[in-house]
Amino acid sequence: MSKRILQILTTGYRGTLEEQDDQVLWLVHMLHNNGADTDVLLRGTATNYVVRTQDASGLVFGDCVQSQPPDIANEVRALTRKGVRVFVVLEELKKRGILRSETVEDITCVAAAELPALLRSYDQVWQW
Amino acid sequence: MVLIDWEEETSTATKSLTFVLNDPPYESARSTTALRLIDAAIRRGYDVNVFAYEGAVSLACAQQMPHANPIHGRDVESEDHPNPKNWIAALQLLARQCSVRLDWLNCGQCSDERGVGEAITGVRRGSPADLWAFVRSSVNTLVIPTR
Repeated sequence: MSKRILQILTTGYRGTLEEQDDQVLWLVHMLHNNGADTDVLLRGTATNYVVRTQDASGLVFGDCVQSQPPDIANEVRALTRKGVRVFVVLEELKKRGILRSETVEDITCVAAAELPALLRSYDQVWQW
Repeated sequence: MVLIDWEEETSTATKSLTFVLNDPPYESARSTTALRLIDAAIRRGYDVNVFAYEGAVSLACAQQMPHANPIHGRDVESEDHPNPKNWIAALQLLARQCSVRLDWLNCGQCSDERGVGEAITGVRRGSPADLWAFVRSSVNTLVIPTR
């Protein structure tokens, strides 16, 4: 039986420098690759994940340089290219001063008032 | 492997800072931020004490292993996945290069209850009594807690 799952990611940049990606987005990639029907709603500090120009490079401890820094916007873009819908809340973009022209192309913006209907359209909602 | 004898380390620093870390690796940005602050303190000539408490004892766990990443399409070598133990080792080296002391102490009970007692070379086991000694010898103490 098919189950549609919405993953709500609220805390952004949680261990992303050490993991070189986001743990939840990574899991969504893996679930999708294994046949799951799952989408993502970015909220809170994770809203910033859709900003195209973010750059996490340059981390250095002593002479130890991070060679593969996280590329979160590209992780989001890669999900959308696989057919995973990535939602962000319009009010949360505005609150952070993020313009639509600054975001990854294929994300879907929803108004806060549309969230109840969005959540009801899934069989399961996973809140991270 | 070279064992570091902290008693014989030559330090020119006249000031010490103590950091109390609480978060485990791979769970938040706080651990990375703490290491960046420690890096900055060392570069500015401070002796640095670290008391790793609860989950933070895993930061220096010797058994951390890098892995490949199928989502990134990179093998283990090209992924170059960072392990915090290597960042700590780099900070130990930096401290020696700067002629200051980095004394990293893992809470022994916290290590035992998590089964992560094997830390990298130069990291010691201790207790809150050692933390108190750190605090007394430092100009200030910064706690970076779990939230």
